[in-house]
Amino acid sequence: MAFYRPATYQKPVVLALLLALLALPPALTAFGQEFYIGFATRVLIFALAASSLNLVLGFGGMFSLGHAAFFGAGAYAAAICMSSGIADALLAFPLAMAAAGLLALVVGAISLRTRGVYFIMITLAFAQMAYYLFVSARSWGGDDGLPLASRMMLGGFSLTSDSALFYATLGCLALVMVFFGRLADARFGRVIQAIRENETRMEALGYPVFRYRLICFALGGALAGLAGALLANLTGLASPNLLQWTQSGTLLVMVIIGGVGYLYGGVVGAVILLMLEESLVGVTEHWHIALGLLLLGVVLFAPKGVAALFGKRHD
Amino acid sequence: MSLRLTALAAALMLAGSAHAADQIKVGLVSTLSGPGAGLGVDIRDGFNLAMKHLNGKLGNLPAEVLIADDQQNPDIAKQTADKFLKKDKVDFMTGIVFSNIMLAVGPAVFQNQTFYISANAGPSQYAGEQCNPFFFNVAWQNDNLHEAVGKIVQDKGYKNVVIVTPNYPGGKDAVSGFKRYYKGKVADEIYTKLGQLDYAAELAQIRATKPDALFFFLPGGMGINFVKQFVAAGLSRDTQLFAPGFSADEDVIKAVGSSMMGMFNSSHWAHDMDNAENKRFVADFQKEYGRLPSLYASQGYDAALMMDAAVRDVKGKVEDKAALQKALEAKRFKSVRGDFKFNTNHYPVQNYYLRAIGKDAQGRVTNKTMGTIFTNHADAYVASCKMK
Amino acid sequence: MIQLVLEQALNGLQFGLMLFLLAAGLTLVFGIMDCINLAHGSLYMVGAYFVAAAAQAADSFWIGLGAGVAGAAVLGLLLELSLFRQLYKRDHLSQVLATFALILIANEAVRWIWGPAALMLNPPEALSGPVEIGGFFYPAYRLVIIAFGLAVAGLLYLLVAKSRVGMWVRAGASNREMTEALGINVQGLFTAVFVFGAALCALAGGLLGPLLAVQVGMGESVLILAFVVIIIGGIGSIRGALVGSLIVGTVDTLGRALLPTLLRALLPADAAATLGPALASILIYLLMAGILFFKPQGLFPARA
Repeated sequence: MAFYRPATYQKPVVLALLLALLALPPALTAFGQEFYIGFATRVLIFALAASSLNLVLGFGGMFSLGHAAFFGAGAYAAAICMSSGIADALLAFPLAMAAAGLLALVVGAISLRTRGVYFIMITLAFAQMAYYLFVSARSWGGDDGLPLASRMMLGGFSLTSDSALFYATLGCLALVMVFFGRLADARFGRVIQAIRENETRMEALGYPVFRYRLICFALGGALAGLAGALLANLTGLASPNLLQWTQSGTLLVMVIIGGVGYLYGGVVGAVILLMLEESLVGVTEHWHIALGLLLLGVVLFAPKGVAALFGKRHD
Repeated sequence: MSLRLTALAAALMLAGSAHAADQIKVGLVSTLSGPGAGLGVDIRDGFNLAMKHLNGKLGNLPAEVLIADDQQNPDIAKQTADKFLKKDKVDFMTGIVFSNIMLAVGPAVFQNQTFYISANAGPSQYAGEQCNPFFFNVAWQNDNLHEAVGKIVQDKGYKNVVIVTPNYPGGKDAVSGFKRYYKGKVADEIYTKLGQLDYAAELAQIRATKPDALFFFLPGGMGINFVKQFVAAGLSRDTQLFAPGFSADEDVIKAVGSSMMGMFNSSHWAHDMDNAENKRFVADFQKEYGRLPSLYASQGYDAALMMDAAVRDVKGKVEDKAALQKALEAKRFKSVRGDFKFNTNHYPVQNYYLRAIGKDAQGRVTNKTMGTIFTNHADAYVASCKMK
Repeated sequence: MIQLVLEQALNGLQFGLMLFLLAAGLTLVFGIMDCINLAHGSLYMVGAYFVAAAAQAADSFWIGLGAGVAGAAVLGLLLELSLFRQLYKRDHLSQVLATFALILIANEAVRWIWGPAALMLNPPEALSGPVEIGGFFYPAYRLVIIAFGLAVAGLLYLLVAKSRVGMWVRAGASNREMTEALGINVQGLFTAVFVFGAALCALAGGLLGPLLAVQVGMGESVLILAFVVIIIGGIGSIRGALVGSLIVGTVDTLGRALLPTLLRALLPADAAATLGPALASILIYLLMAGILFFKPQGLFPARA
């Protein structure tokens, strides 16, 4: 098994989708549906967050149930940057990634001593701690959250318009996806996947297994932080809700629906889940039941995720 | 003849300048799922009942009420509000229960120059420095009910008080609101975990402190847990319980039962208030939904009445924002809580009442109004509001 | 002062035993079937609703408790036969997704049926007040919970440690394949354990109903605590669940009772007021992280 990349025939599909996305904001504006630009941005942000979890989960084989902590930390870092006068995303986003990555480094260093279910629960425990700390931190707004006075600048461009933020998010997501594709083939990628498949052997071969895993975990955390910083710009707020364990669960659900370990698994899952939510909400007040039944359907009938239905495996 | 001409002229003028809308759209975003759903459902039901009383019209114009669930999540609330503002182009928004969600949604609404009529959330930010012409609160400022409790605890001569709130800024605001009017000794301030289940440790501490009164601010399920355990511990014999009205409202009474009898709470509204509007509201609410309305329901009801009166005032010309703002400020509807007016920060100046839980004539355990705590009470933040 | 310490110790014991009722079922399902069941908390919630509804209908707490527990057992049976049976063979990811979906369905279904407001469930009249023990008053009902918790712990000990079924269960927890190879009807065993776990959930929900709000979402906060307990104790170990429950119950209770006072003595008032409650909130998570740091398999690992 390898970190599944799109087979060559999929490349045109991805490129076509990218072009379609580039044309989306003007098209929506032309049809008077500007609202959906913001919605599409949100989908892309969650696609990025879910992909970062997919890196940890599908690539590194680490089942983390605390990923929301890094997502939230990134959002808070962006808001704190903003309130201390750093309004340029070129500086604030790397800072947010560093903050989230550093947090992930600490959490990972402790958690990676454990295996299996214990790892799931210890990551959850750390996320819970982060949640309670942010809720009680008065100087960061507590449960009211920390608002951003305005959206950031990206170099010389303002992200104030929904289209600008959409393109910035799309750019981030595209860069990250290219990076993931490269990573799978790089030495680091091959080693970490081999560790996922057979840890003992890699250890016997003299690879520093713990260090490889930790780097992968921290990288996933940093990218989740980037998604958090983008979301803070979209909603104008960093809120402790982002750190709730259900948020970790939602990201996990996205990855599993999309396809664990598939390059585009996180993206596919985020698109499907958020579109489902958006369309079900309008139909019935009890849409949670419908969503739950659909998820059960995925577990029972598409166990490898939706991406697996389309994507050819690449071994 | 002349009459007909005038009418024609008026109609032409309307068509020429800011012509009247042919329909009013309201976006109601509220918490309709999850643990906080009870509050949002009451606001929605109250609003819908008012719409029924108004024959589905606001200010004589047919009205459409779009309802959405914010799942108690600021991020989703913001997205839903954006949809209402940009896609559906609503004329009014309302419904949000929780202040943190209000603060997330507010900026987008104000930027879009849409009037928000808050049927509950009353954050101090919007009462003070960040007050906004497009924000109206038809309920109360967050501190008000705590201030009223502080006043009545002071007035009743209690000298040794323990305060229990969750450990988050909202809880600390409640404490400062309470202390603004209670000047006696605070034996202990206990800060609990948000969403805490078991209060045995705190209750043992309280027993050791021997307070004569206890004020708690524990929204939702936390309050229910606390009251149940407080009574079971036998503390109600020596310590008088005080809470803001929403912690002792009909939904809580329904969950806790007769052991809540004797508890005091503060509210700007009560279902036994003696005015024609309230009697009709309470009776019809019971008929429609089979339960007594809570204060949230009364606020949802008032929000609809407020929109109705203002739209009627501007004769349907909701595009004229300045005129609509004046009409809303004038407050020409009859509230179920009796008379009140809006302050310069668009928060109510109103009476606050003492309620006690006891049995009514039909033997139901419910709230009874005992007296007035504050008359024409304003909030503490209005001075720092510079309304544009 | 001694009385206060005694009372807090009793509180810790009671909170711990309440957690044990939940954790016992969870650790068995987890340990034997290797199945992560996030919906365990939902069974607790549904159980509490069953008990509250039955108690209101029958106007008796005890009849309600019996009926509610029986109802939850039936629901557990249906769930096992229709869904969980398929999940045992699957990986943890599928189990998490499926049981996360169950949480969504359960919360919404309960709200649909019983409405969004919390339900009333009160203790029997005779137990609703406090009783005097050793010079202080203690809620009679909490003593009942302690009694139930000790009884269930004793029963489970006899069942698991002494009976033949218990031997199978322990064998299943430590090596499933081998147990199957020995000709034991593992499928039937799984069903029985799952149903038993569901009944324990409802028992916990029903017993705690008079102390806690019976409302939508009540399962999730408790679920995380139960997970903390079984992780500390070691998955699959009843003894671990008991010890873990008591540790978590005591540490949480004493932390809330003592930490703020302690910090006030050590730190300036301002810092203590901010730090104390925050630290008390996360104490059990710190404890769990600490224990896992030194014992990555929990205190009593069931599996070799």
